[in-house]
Amino acid sequence: MDPSMADLNSPHSMGTTIIGVTYDGGVILGADSRTSTGMYVANRASDKITKLTDNVYLCRSGSAADSQIVSDYVRYYLHQHTIQLGQPATVKVAANLVRLISYNNKNMLQTGLIVGGWDKYNGGKIYGVPLGGTIIEQPFAIGGSGSTYLYGFFDQEWKDGMTKDEAEKLVVKAVSLAIARDGASGGFVRTVIINSEGVTRNFYPGDAFPLWHEELEPQNSLLDILSSSSSSEPMVS
Amino acid sequence: MSVSLSDASIYRFLWVYPALQESVERMKPVGKHSLGASGEISDFQEILRYLDELILYDNMWDDGNSLGPKEVHNYLTRVMYNRRNKFNPLWNSLVLGGVKNGQKYLGMVSMIGVHFEDNHVATGFGNHLARPILRDEWHENLSFEDGVKLLEKCMRVLLYRDRSAVNKLQIAKITEEGVTISQPYALKTFWNFAAFQNPTVGAEGSWKVTITGDSLSLPPSPTMGDSSSTVIDYGNRLDI
Repeated sequence: MDPSMADLNSPHSMGTTIIGVTYDGGVILGADSRTSTGMYVANRASDKITKLTDNVYLCRSGSAADSQIVSDYVRYYLHQHTIQLGQPATVKVAANLVRLISYNNKNMLQTGLIVGGWDKYNGGKIYGVPLGGTIIEQPFAIGGSGSTYLYGFFDQEWKDGMTKDEAEKLVVKAVSLAIARDGASGGFVRTVIINSEGVTRNFYPGDAFPLWHEELEPQNSLLDILSSSSSSEPMVS
Repeated sequence: MSVSLSDASIYRFLWVYPALQESVERMKPVGKHSLGASGEISDFQEILRYLDELILYDNMWDDGNSLGPKEVHNYLTRVMYNRRNKFNPLWNSLVLGGVKNGQKYLGMVSMIGVHFEDNHVATGFGNHLARPILRDEWHENLSFEDGVKLLEKCMRVLLYRDRSAVNKLQIAKITEEGVTISQPYALKTFWNFAAFQNPTVGAEGSWKVTITGDSLSLPPSPTMGDSSSTVIDYGNRLDI
């Protein structure tokens, strides 16, 4: 049939932009909200930041199915581990469980993950677990198709020891820049802040970011533009 | 995507596409008509060159006659079909609108030469997402304002649901007198629905727990129907 029918058989992929940054006191995880099936946006309000335990969350990218199943397994193991240990799991343990599953099933899985959380021994930590099952502890991590647009941005803007507000602003700005350029990322920005006090989820709708290069101020309708600027010529032939 | 209106005029939208080229004009006036295209921009530019030549020769006759939209549509169909026969298509979906002698005309040509004329046409995802809306809500006596609102409604859906869409569009209004194309503008989008805030509430392992002074709100477990099910409550304590 025509090319757009091929979408119906495409796997659900999360294209995505995901980010995890540490700040002075905890971590902030951020993600966009678009899930696509080929070129169709299957869900424009997805939640890609998933809870593993009270104090550890996971950013998911790549195949929606694969990342969901990995997070379900890890949540299951961590639940048992927490009971056996008698205290909350550390971020390191959570990240290593994610790594084990990713690495040992690398031929079948296609998902890039960022594990972030806070524990009383090491404070806020971010671990990247990209496609092959590497584990890498980083002060900040970016992932997903939209992250290609952010390497330069983070090279310039990243600083150690930011405050919570500075770090969250950075995450929101970065995700919205990636959304502007990456077709596979879109919608709004979700953030999750994890520190010693607990977890806060935030939601930044699409009209809450500044306009980037060549983006225009959203209008209700052309009719508003035509009626308001009747002096200047809004229509040209 | 285009729609024809009651008072012998047509207008249409152009959707400008993303990422690499933030601002590319996909709709151009052609004589007294207007041509829009999706697909390969270089091929569209080549088609515009062909049409320039066609219109030029037509004007050179200087006989008071001019090619109408039906004729231009037919010319485009031949061009596309003959390229397809040589296995070297121009990779575009074309939409042509025009008015002649009070008759409005809206036609489409695909990259393989499939062509037709209708009251509303669309390219790409518009065929799947916009035309159902248009089938329901288009009627013969649309005013310009209603037509704009209808097209904007369709474009907003496409902006939400088509990955390759970008929030920048133009409208062309085509009447017997000629073509006017608006400046590029953006549409407002709506994201502030309650259901979007925490969509995974109630899903396994994602109980909504805000441990920063808010009261705990745990939804009932979706798998167990009775109200006496035990819910493991980690509560306000990170040390369990």
